[in-house]
Amino acid sequence: MSRLLVYLIPFLVIAIFMAMARYERRFAHDPTHRGFFERNGTVLGIVFIALVAFWTLFLVVLPYLYMVQESFHPKLVAADRGGPKDLLTLEQYRSFFIQPSDGSVNGTHIWAFGFSLVVSAAVTSLNFAICYPLAYYMAQAGSVQKVRLLMLGLIVPYWVNEILRAFSLRLMLASKGLINQILMGLGITDGPVDFLGNNVGLYVGLSYAYLLVMVFPLYNAVESLDKNQIEAARDLGAPWWRIHKDVVMPYAKPGIASGCTMVFMLSAGSLAAPQFLGGPKTLWFTSIVYDFFFQAFNWPRGAAYAFLLLAACIALVMLMLRLFKVSLGETIK
Amino acid sequence: MSSQTIIKMMIGFYICLFFGYLFGPLVVMSITAFNTPSYPAAYPFEGFTLGWFVKLWNHRAMMEGLVNSIIIGIGVICVSVPVGLAASIVMNQIYHRARSLYYLVTVSPVLTPGVIIGISTVIFWRDFSEMTGTRPILYKGIVLAIFGQSSFIAAYCLLIIMARLQRFDRAQEEAALDLGASYPQVFWHILLPFLRPALISASVIAFLSSFENYNTTTFAILADKTLVTVLAGEVRQGTTPALSALAVIIIGISLAGAIAYEVMKRHEERQSAKNAMQAKIAEQADLAHAVVAPA
Amino acid sequence: MSADVELDRITVRFGQFTAVSEASLKIAGGEFFSFLGPSGCGKTTILRTVSGFLDPSEGAVRIAGKDMTGIGANKRPTALIFQNLALFPLMTVAENITYGLRVRGMNKTDRRRRAEDLLNLIALPRQGDKLVSELSGGQKQRVAIARALAVEPQVLLLDEPLSALDLKLRQHMRNELRAIQQRVGITFIYITHDQGEALTMSDLIAVMNQGIIEQVADGRTVYDAPGTAFVASFVGENNPFPGRIIKADKAGAVVETAFGPLRGRNPQNLKAGAPAILFVRPESLKLGKGEKDTTITSSVLNVAFEGNASHVFLKGAGKKDITLTVGRLESAKLPEQGITAAVSYDADLGLVLPEGKLARE
Ligand SMILES: Nc1ncnc2c1ncn2[C@@H]1O[C@H](COP(=O)(O)OP(=O)(O)OP(=O)(O)O)[C@@H](O)[C@H]1O
Ligand SMILES: [Mg+2]
Repeated sequence: MSRLLVYLIPFLVIAIFMAMARYERRFAHDPTHRGFFERNGTVLGIVFIALVAFWTLFLVVLPYLYMVQESFHPKLVAADRGGPKDLLTLEQYRSFFIQPSDGSVNGTHIWAFGFSLVVSAAVTSLNFAICYPLAYYMAQAGSVQKVRLLMLGLIVPYWVNEILRAFSLRLMLASKGLINQILMGLGITDGPVDFLGNNVGLYVGLSYAYLLVMVFPLYNAVESLDKNQIEAARDLGAPWWRIHKDVVMPYAKPGIASGCTMVFMLSAGSLAAPQFLGGPKTLWFTSIVYDFFFQAFNWPRGAAYAFLLLAACIALVMLMLRLFKVSLGETIK
Repeated sequence: MSSQTIIKMMIGFYICLFFGYLFGPLVVMSITAFNTPSYPAAYPFEGFTLGWFVKLWNHRAMMEGLVNSIIIGIGVICVSVPVGLAASIVMNQIYHRARSLYYLVTVSPVLTPGVIIGISTVIFWRDFSEMTGTRPILYKGIVLAIFGQSSFIAAYCLLIIMARLQRFDRAQEEAALDLGASYPQVFWHILLPFLRPALISASVIAFLSSFENYNTTTFAILADKTLVTVLAGEVRQGTTPALSALAVIIIGISLAGAIAYEVMKRHEERQSAKNAMQAKIAEQADLAHAVVAPA
Repeated sequence: MSADVELDRITVRFGQFTAVSEASLKIAGGEFFSFLGPSGCGKTTILRTVSGFLDPSEGAVRIAGKDMTGIGANKRPTALIFQNLALFPLMTVAENITYGLRVRGMNKTDRRRRAEDLLNLIALPRQGDKLVSELSGGQKQRVAIARALAVEPQVLLLDEPLSALDLKLRQHMRNELRAIQQRVGITFIYITHDQGEALTMSDLIAVMNQGIIEQVADGRTVYDAPGTAFVASFVGENNPFPGRIIKADKAGAVVETAFGPLRGRNPQNLKAGAPAILFVRPESLKLGKGEKDTTITSSVLNVAFEGNASHVFLKGAGKKDITLTVGRLESAKLPEQGITAAVSYDADLGLVLPEGKLARE
């Protein structure tokens, strides 16, 4: 039943979409307009539509809806699916707040949820602070050659995959790692500092993983700012921090929003850094989801948790965009 | 004057720090790949060895994963580049308000956590393939990984291709039509060659994103493996310098790619500078001609 | 082969905005026909309607007697030279020129030969393998013409093709274009906002303003006998004296203006009492008193010496000055700035036209 609904919703969306297109075509009469199939030829037109439909329906919309739908089902063995026991239920969501086993408050999961979001927000601010000066320097002060070199320097490390990057940090931060060797060699500490256990590794790992994602939107936004504006502000005697606060940052707001949104979403949804750099007692929310799939084999509950995470992330991002008065369209460019 | 120097020095220091942060761990890791101890250590350097590379070569799971990763990467290119191309053309041709809805749907995968994309892909295709009786063909790790990754990589491709498409001069299309070309001919002769650089970058980005993806793949791959999921398993179990050896190889290939790109870019620049020079010479010749013979 | 083109009451609207309204005219085969008008008056819109990129909201285009409604741009016997040329940057010069032949299925060797012929026609022999980015502005211009001519259109449409060129080159290309038109003998429809271009090249000129065709005539007529106040003020310099007709007879009409009653020809037989504008061109005015109803008295604001001619600016009734142009021979007795001077004209050279919009300066 609910599965049928899932297949119906996309058609509804398509119908709304077509209606909108029709309506606009009617009211914004434009004599240059050519119909879609006339402009692309019938064959190509059909191919384009089919490709887009396959993508948006089968790779994006239907899977999302299916996951949501799954989260409202009980955990069942394959044989029971679609049978009489397959009723719609909120038990998966309830289980996030209340332990199904003993009815107590599910503190660990709620804590992990909050922890993931707060750490992601903190990592986002940290990365902004680290990347803004570099982006500004590249966009406004650097020569063309230098900028190209810096760009390459930024990109090349990211061709090494996430796991190996986490691995490299672990080599640095482990108790027998280089940093502890240096600290002890210099006599700053007596014994090794447990960077991984106290989550420093996690924070560094998250920040390290998404530096690039922050630099590029910032760079793009600041780059189009007219240098004369900064000169003018400087001539008026504005101190450097006011120039940034009143001229550069307001101008680069869409880029800042874009970079922050991406880093926040990626970090809240990251799996590698918490798995390989987090302490043994640290529970990251996506790791919980992961365990539901691979250890508890409780897909509906995993789906419910995943959906909660997605909803929370979207809500937070929307809130921030609203606060800073940036539209979503500006963000994704 | 001296405050200028201080600022310059501070900037220099900051940039060094930044790139130290970026490259430091990778450099340390690379050193461990050549050091003899079985626990990856950069210091003390006990002896030079290439043994870890040999060990890597003999690591069967890793090699199987590599093959799968390459297959998936190619599959992702085959799906997401055409989809991104079609999607950007459709985006370009639809009206304003319908466009924002379309934009939201197509770009949402970029912002969705990869874990969620992986999960939803698996859940959907499990049921869908069962319902349509295509389970033996579709419900496979490699296929699902391609689908799951393509859902957001196609959006990257869309954005890359769209950026170039927006610089397309409609007059080019009209000129071709005016000369008698049909719309499909305009597509093949004019639009596609124009988009070629974007299609190439989209393919490269698609392959790289696919190759290094972990979050989506770890779910979508089911019982199969890719290089990255094998790596993740290895790292989870403990660490060996063979992983460092792999990183060295990847860094090496990346650097080679970067240098090749730079060389190509320089060559292109020289070529276009040469053309502009030619045009300038022709311009001057024209003017001289116009003055001498105004008839 | 050339074809005649007929616009039958064409109206083009963009949403609420009417870019062209009820344009009707006939262009004979083999003619060099120009549309002349200020920026934004709808010239490009008309051209794009003829070439098939725009569907008129009302009316029809006929080429060689055939109604073009519903026939796409790629099926019409026209070729368009775009305002920005729109050469294909990724193709060589020869590939550009023969693109129209390629889509018609001509084989490679024939195309190559044809490209060489056309390159000779535009005086760029053996340059077919160059890239477009290696060409000068004037050469690109000629390649665009060759590309359009390659498909042997019956009508060639040109949208301000010379506007991007250096001034000197532009004059040179005018002659070249006219020569090419006479050689190939097809209909040229040429768009420009430069009256010099229109007057020197065209057989017939349509003067447009705000989507309306004001007058269709040859260059001399447009200049000497403009049909509307707009044409009179847009083509060449002109001094307008608005007022009301107080007397109309066989010899002409007298308009009561800010400078008293002034006389001029009355080709449209306007009746006494009608609001009208009397036009006198700067070169028709001469220094010194004349008849009472052809003399204007005002203070001299400025005198500008320009070598072959001099201009005297008198204070006008409105914002615009009255301009008088005198030739080299008379320039000895120019009035001094600040004095009050009388100027006059031959009654035949004054022209009375119905009130209407003037061209903006
Ligand atoms: N697609 C369109 N949508 C809305 N308005 C348009 C469109 N195309 C042209 N217009 C308007 O129609 C009017 C006529 O435009 P057109 O391009 O024909 O002018 P033009 O005479 O060729 O001017 P120019 O000398 O600047 O090229 C202009 O005011 C323009 O703003
Ligand atoms: Mg125009």
